[in-house]
Amino acid sequence: MALKEKPLVEVRFHGRGGQGAWTASLLLAQAGLKESKYIQSFPAFGPERAGAPITAFTRISREPIRIHSSIYEPDLIIVLDQTLLGPQVLEGVKDDSKLLINTNLKPSEIKDKLQKSLEVWVVNATELALKILGRPITNTAMLGAIVKASEIVSMESIHQVIKERFTGRLRDQNLELVDIAYRTVTKDD
Amino acid sequence: MYEDGEKGLIVTDERLMMGLNGDEAVAYAIKQVEPDVVAAYPITPQTIIVERFSEYVANGLVKTDFVSVESEHSALSSCIGAEAAGARAFTATAANGLALMWEMTFIASSLRLPIVMAVANRALSGPINIHNDHSDAMGARDSGWIQIWCENSQEVYDACIEAWRIGEHTNVQLPVMINLDGFTLSHTMENVFTLPDDVVKNFVRDRRFIKVKGHLGESELRLDPGTPITMGPFDLQDFYFEHKLQQVEAMRRALEAIPEVDAEYEALSGRGYRLIHPYMVDDAELVIVGLGSTMGTASYVVEKLREKGVKAGLVKIRVFRPFPKDELVKTLRSIPVVGVLDRAISFGAPNGPLCEEVKTAFYEEKDRPLIANFIHGLGGRDTSPSMIEGMFHRLMKIKSRGRVDQLIEYVGVRE
Repeated sequence: MALKEKPLVEVRFHGRGGQGAWTASLLLAQAGLKESKYIQSFPAFGPERAGAPITAFTRISREPIRIHSSIYEPDLIIVLDQTLLGPQVLEGVKDDSKLLINTNLKPSEIKDKLQKSLEVWVVNATELALKILGRPITNTAMLGAIVKASEIVSMESIHQVIKERFTGRLRDQNLELVDIAYRTVTKDD
Repeated sequence: MYEDGEKGLIVTDERLMMGLNGDEAVAYAIKQVEPDVVAAYPITPQTIIVERFSEYVANGLVKTDFVSVESEHSALSSCIGAEAAGARAFTATAANGLALMWEMTFIASSLRLPIVMAVANRALSGPINIHNDHSDAMGARDSGWIQIWCENSQEVYDACIEAWRIGEHTNVQLPVMINLDGFTLSHTMENVFTLPDDVVKNFVRDRRFIKVKGHLGESELRLDPGTPITMGPFDLQDFYFEHKLQQVEAMRRALEAIPEVDAEYEALSGRGYRLIHPYMVDDAELVIVGLGSTMGTASYVVEKLREKGVKAGLVKIRVFRPFPKDELVKTLRSIPVVGVLDRAISFGAPNGPLCEEVKTAFYEEKDRPLIANFIHGLGGRDTSPSMIEGMFHRLMKIKSRGRVDQLIEYVGVRE
């Protein structure tokens, strides 16, 4: 079943403290909210230190969400930092889970590293963010890539959320960033 | 749909749907209620409540006096002073903050001051831990406060509006504690359907006072130089005991007042919760009873088990103080096996605090279930659907054996 057709989609974000993984999970949930879906967004509450590996979670559902535990078997895994690629990233992965990673590697190279048969999407979010924002803040770029890889929310909803979150030049830059990430994200064959 | 000046049901207006975490839901509801005084000291995981509310104050969105105090003891003391003078007062805390308030919690309830307090439930130190369990609120169990427990941010929002009418009910006049699981609710953004400001204001209306005999004749129970009364004086062997029984009576009457206020709120919002919330218990053989956000996860498990033909059900206790004994007995009387979930320990006690209440409720009953006790999730350890499914499997075994062998089972703990 395609992700967008699932009644409940569970997303896990992997990032390092300061990269904005929780914010990405919040913005994705807010995009779901724009579509009148039921949502949850929460961080894994570990030590909050810049650079430390952190995880955050988003649930998007057509029905009210009553479950209040962590996500153990994610449908979609988002990796904001390729140095995090390791066993934790694959924890609870299912046959039909998808993985989207910020990397300069090709999907096939990531698959070789993972040694796991799952759909892999890659986007060079760091390069895009450096080019457009001038800083390696990749969480908004990942949102554009998520839309292309999963279609669980629309680009229009992501645009709305970006417009509410940022103002002025930063808003325009982030809108450009999500669009270009959407266009350049690629999948393995 | 709500129209200006029309009292109607507001459930489907999407403009009123917001993405709020539990703490933000508290802050937003309290902004709409706009109490006279908020006195609070930030402590994780309640901090967002105080941050958001102080932003509302700074931005001129509320006229509330925000008192930045130096401790939780002072926070509740300020609320006690404000409420004694006839104002409405709100505070919020968690864990060690509530522990530091402990002395004042008893004073607030015995002075019959309907303060509202949100507690983002967190494990008490030590060892130091900032995550969720119920040891803080269970420690304040006997302090004379009404306790409401919430499953999600929506319930948190609704409780923060209903609480004023419950506590200030002229048959009650007691402080109300609203419990939301730290992080699991306090830091999790969810859909919350809100009410328009004017609807909230109309519902909570002005604070009501009971009449008492003052020095110059009948007076409202509040400090007013025009009609002087004394609050909290020395009260020894002669009357202290009688005054305690008045608190007992107020708690008993709260059992009637809470559903009454809740029904009125439901007519307005489409959302009502009552004292307990049974789910799929009518034909159930195995029922889990518990508090807070875990019961949401449990309802998900109940649905999964029902698909497999297991007659599972649950009862969420929404109001723990006063304890809804009669409703609970009526609901569970014919259930073969009940598992009570506790997220706190009473060291040296035969059971966890909630289980002891449930067992006491059934002692005088001829028909009663076998009652097992699961202690889980201390210090924020996640209670997963598979853990809850495991509890139901334990209940199945108990049912086939016809007896409970172990007074307490600790779930999800390393040996």
